[in-house]
Amino acid sequence: MSVALRTIGLSKSFGAFRANADVSLSFAAGARHALIGPNGAGKTTFINLLTGVLPASSGEVYLGDEKVSTLPQHARVKLGMTRTFQINTLFPGLTALESVVLACCERSGRGGVWWRPALAERAAIDEAGEILSRLKLDRDAHTVTRELPYGKQRLLEIALALATRPKVLLLDEPAAGIPSAESAELFAVIAGLPRQVTIVFIEHDMDIVFRFAERITVMVGGTVLVEGTPDEIARDRRVREVYLGEAAHG
Amino acid sequence: MLGNLIGVLFDGIAYGSLLFVISIGLSVTMGLMNFVNLAHGAFAMLGGYACVMAMTRLGVPFLASLPIAFVVSAVAGSVLEGTLYRRLYKATHLDQVLFSIGLVFMSIAAATYFFGPQQQPVKLPSLLRGQVHLLGLDFGAYRLFLIGVVVAVTLALTWLIERTRFGAEIRASVDNQQASAGLGINVDRVFSLTFALGSGLAGLGGGLGIDVLGLDPTFPLKFMVYFLLVVAVGGAGTIKGPLFAAVILGVFDVAGKYYAPQVGSFIIYVVMVVMLLLFPNGLAGRRA
Amino acid sequence: MSPLATWKFSRLEIAFWLLPIAAFFLFPKYLTLGSQILITALFALSLDLILGYARIISLGHAAFFGLGAYTAGLLAKYGWGEPLSGLLLATAVATLAGLLTSFLVVRGQDLARLMVTLGIGLMLYETANQASSITGGVDGLSGVEMGKLFGVFSFGLDGRTAYVYCLVVLFVVFLFARTLVRSPFGLSLRGIREGEKRMPAIGASVSRKLVAVYTVGAGIAGIAGALLAQTTQFVGIDSFAFHRSADLMIMLVLGGTGYLYGGLIGTAVFMLLQSYLSSLNPVYWQFWLGLLLVVIVLFARGGILGALAALRARIKRGRR
Repeated sequence: MSVALRTIGLSKSFGAFRANADVSLSFAAGARHALIGPNGAGKTTFINLLTGVLPASSGEVYLGDEKVSTLPQHARVKLGMTRTFQINTLFPGLTALESVVLACCERSGRGGVWWRPALAERAAIDEAGEILSRLKLDRDAHTVTRELPYGKQRLLEIALALATRPKVLLLDEPAAGIPSAESAELFAVIAGLPRQVTIVFIEHDMDIVFRFAERITVMVGGTVLVEGTPDEIARDRRVREVYLGEAAHG
Repeated sequence: MLGNLIGVLFDGIAYGSLLFVISIGLSVTMGLMNFVNLAHGAFAMLGGYACVMAMTRLGVPFLASLPIAFVVSAVAGSVLEGTLYRRLYKATHLDQVLFSIGLVFMSIAAATYFFGPQQQPVKLPSLLRGQVHLLGLDFGAYRLFLIGVVVAVTLALTWLIERTRFGAEIRASVDNQQASAGLGINVDRVFSLTFALGSGLAGLGGGLGIDVLGLDPTFPLKFMVYFLLVVAVGGAGTIKGPLFAAVILGVFDVAGKYYAPQVGSFIIYVVMVVMLLLFPNGLAGRRA
Repeated sequence: MSPLATWKFSRLEIAFWLLPIAAFFLFPKYLTLGSQILITALFALSLDLILGYARIISLGHAAFFGLGAYTAGLLAKYGWGEPLSGLLLATAVATLAGLLTSFLVVRGQDLARLMVTLGIGLMLYETANQASSITGGVDGLSGVEMGKLFGVFSFGLDGRTAYVYCLVVLFVVFLFARTLVRSPFGLSLRGIREGEKRMPAIGASVSRKLVAVYTVGAGIAGIAGALLAQTTQFVGIDSFAFHRSADLMIMLVLGGTGYLYGGLIGTAVFMLLQSYLSSLNPVYWQFWLGLLLVVIVLFARGGILGALAALRARIKRGRR
C-alpha cells in the first residue's frame, strides 16, 4: 500500500510554545483517517504545516515521493494536496457558481486567461455545476456566498476543495457548527468521494469519527499520543484518560 | 574631516530625535488601532502654529509655548478621535488613507487661510542660540536641547508604558484588543487617551521643529513621508524601533545632503526601500 | 455584483460613449479641456485596476504617468516625432518600470506598500528635478515637436486631432481593460479582493497575479502620460508630483472603485468642477476637496456609482 502523505519530525514553535513537537505520521493512499484530540492539541497547526500556510520550525513533509516542505501553499495544491478551513474561508461577494468556477479555472491552468470572458469557459462552468450538484448546492448556484445559510457555506467550503481535484484532502472540522442531523449528510458526501482520494479529517464528534474513520490518530499537546484502528483507539486507556480527564476538569 | 563627520552625526541625531518626537505618536496609534493616519503631520503643524500664536499674540516665551503646543494638539487629537477617527477603526486601510488625506488638505487650506503661505519665523531664547563647547568641538546649542528633550520624552514614555497601569493597558490593547476588552480594560478610553498623547507629542515636535524643519502650511505633506517612514521601518506599536529608525533616517538624510547634495534626498528613499525589503514588518518586527 | 458578465455593451454603456463624441461637436472651443479629461480618465482607469480590483494602495502611481510622459516627450524632442510609435515606446518603458517595482509592492502589508509606492514616486520626482539638463527640471520639458498622426493629421491649436486621438486611445484601452476584468483572470482578481486567504488554497499564486495587474496598471498610466506629452507638447515636473497621485485617487473614489466606469465618471465630474471652482480661489478648492474626501469616506464609500448601485438595489427590494 503506498503512502500518499508523510511527515518526518514536523515541529512548530511559537517562541517557547511548541505547537507541534516532532510529529511523524504517514497516511496511506485512499485512507479515511481521522485526527482527533482535545482543543489546543495542535491539530489545525499540523494541517497548516502540511499545507504550507505556516512554515515549519523543523521537519519534512512528503506528498507521495515528493518533498514539499519548502513549497508555497499554492504549489502544494497544484501537486494534489488541498484543505478546507475550520472557519469558513470563502469569497463573500462571489456567487457559489463563480467561486467554484474560479477554483476550476485555476486548477485547469486557465486562471491567467485574460482575452476571453469567463462566461466562455464552458468546461470550467460545467465542471463547477457538476460539483455543486454533487453537494446539492445547484439551486444556490447564483446566490452570493454571504447570503448562503451557514450549513450551505460549509458545503461550499468542500466544493472549492473538490474543484482542485485533490489526491489528498485535509478537512479541518468540516461539520463545525452544524447540528448533528445535517452533519451526517455532509459526511455522507465525503464518504462518497472516490476511493483513491486520501482523506484526513479533524473532527470532534466521536459518533462521526467512529462511523467514517478507518484509522485514527490521537494528538495531545502537540505530539502524537497513539494511532490505530477505531477499535484499538476506543479501548486505549490513555485515550480515555485524555478525554475523561478533560471531562473531569471541564 | 573627523570633526565634520561628528558634526554631521550630531546634526543627524538631533534631526532624527525631532522626527522621533513627532512620529512616536503615529507609531503607537498605528500599532494600537491599526489606523493608517497620513494626517499625523497636521497635528505637528497645529502645535507649531500654536507656538507661534502664543509667542506673537500672547507674548509667551518660546520654552513656555511648547507645553501650550502639546496641549492644543492633544485636545485637537482627542476631539477628532472621538468624532471622526473612531468611526473608521474597522474601515479598510484605503478608506483610512483617503480620510486622512482629506484631513491633510483641509488642514493645509486652513493654515494658508489663517497664517498665509509663508514660513513662520521663530525667536529662540538666547540660551538656546549659538554653540556649546564640548570635548574640544562646537555643538549647536539648540540641537543639544533637542536631543535632551527627546531623551527626556523617551524616558518618560518608557516609564509610562512599562511602569504604569495605563501603560500596561496600552501594551495589552496593542497585543490583543479583544482579550483586553474581555479583561475589563476600557479599550475606547485607551484609544482616546493614546491618540491625544500621540497628537500632543506631535504638536510638541512641531513647536520644537520650527527652527529645524521650518513651518509653513505644506508641512503635513512635506514631511509625511518621513513620519510614515520612521513608523514603517521602525515598526508600529513600539518605542525603540521608531527611535532607531528616526535616528538612522536623520543621520542618512543629513549625511546625504552634506556629502552628496545632488542625490541627497534620493538616498533616504533608497535606504527606505532597502530596509523595507529586509524588514517588511519593521525593525522591531511587529505586524504593522 | 452581477453574475458572470457578457461581451455586449449595455445600452447605458453605449449612451455613455456617445457623450464624448457628442462633446466633440457640441463644444469645439473646449476640446483642450476635453483632451485633458480624457487623458486623466485613462490615468484613473489604470488606477482602478490596481486600487479597485487588486486593492493595492498606491500613493505613487504618478511615477508611471511621468515615465510615459517624459519618454514620449524626450523622443519627440530629439527627433522622433511619430506619435503612435512614441506612444508604444513610452508604454513599454512604463510597463517595464511597473514590472520591476511590482516585486517590491506585492511584498509586505498595506503600510509597507504605501511607503514603497510613495517612495518610488518621490524618487522619480527628485530624479527629474536633478537631471534638469535632460528633463528641464522644474521648468519642464519643452520643444516637444509632434509629427503628423498617420502622416495626415497634425496636432493643431484647435485641439481636434488631439481630442480624437485621446478618445480613440482611451476607448481601445478601455476595451482591453473591460475584457480583462470579465475574463477568468479578472475573476481571480475578484477572488483576491473577496477572499485573499482562500486563493492559495485553490492553487492560485496571489503575488503573481498582483504583479501582472500592477504591471498592466503601470503601462496604462504610461499611455496616459505619453498622450499628455504628445498633445500638449510639453512635460511638466508635476507629472511626477504627489498631488497628481492624490488627486487621481480622489477622482477614482468619487466615481467609485471597481466599476471601470467609476474612474471615467469621477474624473469628468472632478475636472469640470475644478476648472470652475479652483480658478476662483485655490485655497477654498483645496479645503472643499479635503472635506469632500472625508464626507465620501464616512458616508458615500462607493462613490457616485456605488450610491447609484445602492439606490438601484433599494428600488429592486422595494418592488419585490
